[in-house]
Amino acid sequence: MLKILKYSFYDLMRSRWSYVYFAFYLLLGIVLLFLNNDLSKAVITLMNVIIVLVPLIGTIFGVMYYYNSKEFTELLLAQPLKRSSIFLGQYLGVALSLSMSLILGLGIPFVFYGLFESSAIWNFSLLIITGTFLTLIFTALAFNIALSNENKIKGFGYAILLWLFLAIIYDGLFLMTLVMFEDYPLDKLSLVGTMLNPIDLSRTLILLKLDISALLGYTGAVFKQFFGTNLGLIVSFIMLTIWVVLPVLRIVFKSKRKDF
Amino acid sequence: MVTIQNLYKNFGKNAVLKGVDLSIKDGGIFAVLGPNGSGKTTLIKSILGMVIPNKGKISVLGENIKKSSGYRHKIDYLPQIANFPSNLKVKELIKMIKDLRGNTSNDEHLIELFRLEPFLNKKLGNLSGGTKQKVNIVLTFMFDSPLIVLDEPTTGLDPISLIRLKDLIQKEKSNGKTILITSHIMSFVEEVSDEIVFLLEGQIYFKGTIQDLKTKTNQPDFEHAIASILN
Repeated sequence: MLKILKYSFYDLMRSRWSYVYFAFYLLLGIVLLFLNNDLSKAVITLMNVIIVLVPLIGTIFGVMYYYNSKEFTELLLAQPLKRSSIFLGQYLGVALSLSMSLILGLGIPFVFYGLFESSAIWNFSLLIITGTFLTLIFTALAFNIALSNENKIKGFGYAILLWLFLAIIYDGLFLMTLVMFEDYPLDKLSLVGTMLNPIDLSRTLILLKLDISALLGYTGAVFKQFFGTNLGLIVSFIMLTIWVVLPVLRIVFKSKRKDF
Repeated sequence: MVTIQNLYKNFGKNAVLKGVDLSIKDGGIFAVLGPNGSGKTTLIKSILGMVIPNKGKISVLGENIKKSSGYRHKIDYLPQIANFPSNLKVKELIKMIKDLRGNTSNDEHLIELFRLEPFLNKKLGNLSGGTKQKVNIVLTFMFDSPLIVLDEPTTGLDPISLIRLKDLIQKEKSNGKTILITSHIMSFVEEVSDEIVFLLEGQIYFKGTIQDLKTKTNQPDFEHAIASILN
């Protein structure tokens, strides 16, 4: 698996898109620091961008890489390699190179700005960790969609729909439920609802760490009680890990049964 | 060498293999023939484990291939359409496959044989179909495996390369290897193969030597014998 990972990783590192992605984050980091002139504020702005953009890029790159490397995959399948190592190697190659672009692209400007002497370091680390989790999750989901759809256009369509659903539509539905049942106590329900969507979960996690939960009103207080504690943090990370593990397991399962 | 028992495969509603029984003994050249869509490639891909059969058992060198991948160390496979990652150089591709399968020094001799030196530093995406096929042949023959599977090996080759390929196949045969070929070029099949397997609508219609086929169909030459089956 490590050999496949190595080749996929090099393959991506040589492609223009990894640099574009890296350069984008570099630029974003520099511009935000320049405009805000304050690390904490820059972290908040960055969160809003990352929460939406990282899943989108993970989804698109995952689907694109899978379809583009079809020939490479077929070549590998005839070699004495396990299917699970071929697909896991490719998945990790994509996910790790994307994560690296994110970490380095944002890390470099922030470190130069004096991140290590600032109190924002924990918030920034949390942001980077959730960003990496989101990359792992959405690349895995994208691989799942691509494995199940031979047709590229369909695959792309479903992948974008999935992103749209989790990033935007889910929130809308969630909000509508809250409005419709506003006469009932909804704190537990909204907590569960947040847990079930990795994007919402990451957003809440960062917002509450940033101590701006007052903006969220009563529910915010309940959330603060939960996510603010170590238990909440651990449960959230467990949820994010499950969101990575389940799609990865399905990649292994699905790839074993697929015809090429 | 290869034993296939009661093999079934369908893609959705399309039943491609309908109960194939085949045993291929050690040593010699076997040609798998059949009209388009008769299941030749599916059969070969099942042996390689790229297509998962719905039913049936395949064993290669006495080992059941289900849920196994190590047996592919003993197979060299030439895919039908030479599609390679287009941003890799020829040299890098050869190095990568060697890295994945284990080292060999046979590639230098083969590169020389097919005059591929000028292309080693070119990207695979920029090569012509015939040159890609030559690279494909080098990748297949550079390992010393007892079973060689060639899916349409002649595609795109110029006459000189074709002669070299035939020599190469004969050389491997004399080394005691088993070679499985599919091809639509009847003259090529007639020239190289010892035995043919004729697939028709997902089943084995005929298995035996070319002479047997001619006698059975009462036709003087091979091409007409095949045509008479299809009529």
